Amino acid sequence: METLERILSGHPFFEELAAAHLELIVGCASNVRFDAGQFLFHTGEEANEFFLIRAGRIALEVAPPGRTPLVVQTLGEGDILGWSWLIPPYHWVFDARAIEPTRAIALDGKCLRAKCESDHDLGYELLKRFAHIMEQGLQAARLQLLDVYGKE
Amino acid sequence: MVEAQAQPLVPTPCRIRRVLRETHDTFTLELDADPRPAFQPGQFAMLYVLGVGEVPMSYSGDPAAGRSIVHTTREVGPVTRAMARLRRGAVLGVRGPYGRPWPIAEAGGEDVVLVAGGIGLAPLRPAIHAIAARRGDFGRVVLLYGARSPADLLYRRDLDRWRTSTGIEVGVTVDRGTPTWAGNVGVVTGLIARAPFDPRRATALICGPEVMMRFAAEALRARGVPAARIWVSLERNMKCAVGLCGRCQLGPTFVCKDGPVFSYDRAERLLAVREL
Repeated sequence: METLERILSGHPFFEELAAAHLELIVGCASNVRFDAGQFLFHTGEEANEFFLIRAGRIALEVAPPGRTPLVVQTLGEGDILGWSWLIPPYHWVFDARAIEPTRAIALDGKCLRAKCESDHDLGYELLKRFAHIMEQGLQAARLQLLDVYGKE
Repeated sequence: MVEAQAQPLVPTPCRIRRVLRETHDTFTLELDADPRPAFQPGQFAMLYVLGVGEVPMSYSGDPAAGRSIVHTTREVGPVTRAMARLRRGAVLGVRGPYGRPWPIAEAGGEDVVLVAGGIGLAPLRPAIHAIAARRGDFGRVVLLYGARSPADLLYRRDLDRWRTSTGIEVGVTVDRGTPTWAGNVGVVTGLIARAPFDPRRATALICGPEVMMRFAAEALRARGVPAARIWVSLERNMKCAVGLCGRCQLGPTFVCKDGPVFSYDRAERLLAVREL
């Protein structure tokens, strides 16, 4: 059975992270499973973790009152889900629902926030990595807004 | 069609055998052609609607099958709108094939990544047919296809068949989901990072809106695919289709004759020219 350390060190998100930092992160990690239809979190709840998806698929959705929830993005194997744990006021801004049976590694954001405060090198490394994920998300959102497949 | 090539500006009359409605704004024409022109995947024809006008259109059928020629297009202007109103038995003028094809033979032995956006799946479909017919000649083959919504997805039967019986990995995503859509939501470029291919031995073929092609090419480059092995299809402002009129010319490059398929190391600067 693969250890959490091996799984995390083999993921591109944690590539070239110092061994001491990886050890700290592994200490904040745990395996989690979600059934299809189960929510990982809801809008407005405290965001105290993020997830590395190992298998399955997650829908990020927004539920306007009285209307069918709208899926804004799906995430799958290898994707990192969640950055609200890193940004005050640490609340989720979307719902996340498993649309397939899903296995993931949950990383305790509250624990990591404290470690980042006390070790700014770790904080900077994590911020750089999350900045990349945010940049990708922003570019994707812009492309979706452009409606590139619409009639020119 | 031999005559048409001898007189490249003279269309050959072709009768419509069948019209298939693909989505609310796209349709496929099957045209009788005897003999059928020997086109290669990625090439295009000029289709003329009598009294309305002529437009370039990629071949979108199987290059090795049948006696008809197949084109899928979207209603975007007067010519394609007029074309959408035509029925079985109507006659179109057809010239072609023209242009440089996808480099399929050169990709032999390698992984192939096909990235299609919207109607861009149509010009890639002949390439997929050709690759599927010689599947053993290639490594992993991945098709990543993005559309605006589930209702805008083209060739659903083909997608299922390619996925289940040709050994092609098919990833489909839509920009906007619906309550009944259980697939991926997000831009097609987002599928590239995790797609199962080896960037060191991969050839990539991209077709879709130019913004999407630029982002897809950059995502492929980020995975490590060299620009010279990323191919895009440009189809802008083609008129004569044989490099005479200059309407699609940029410096020494004629999109109709030197393209429409270009390697990204050449196309990158063309994509940056706003008025081309």
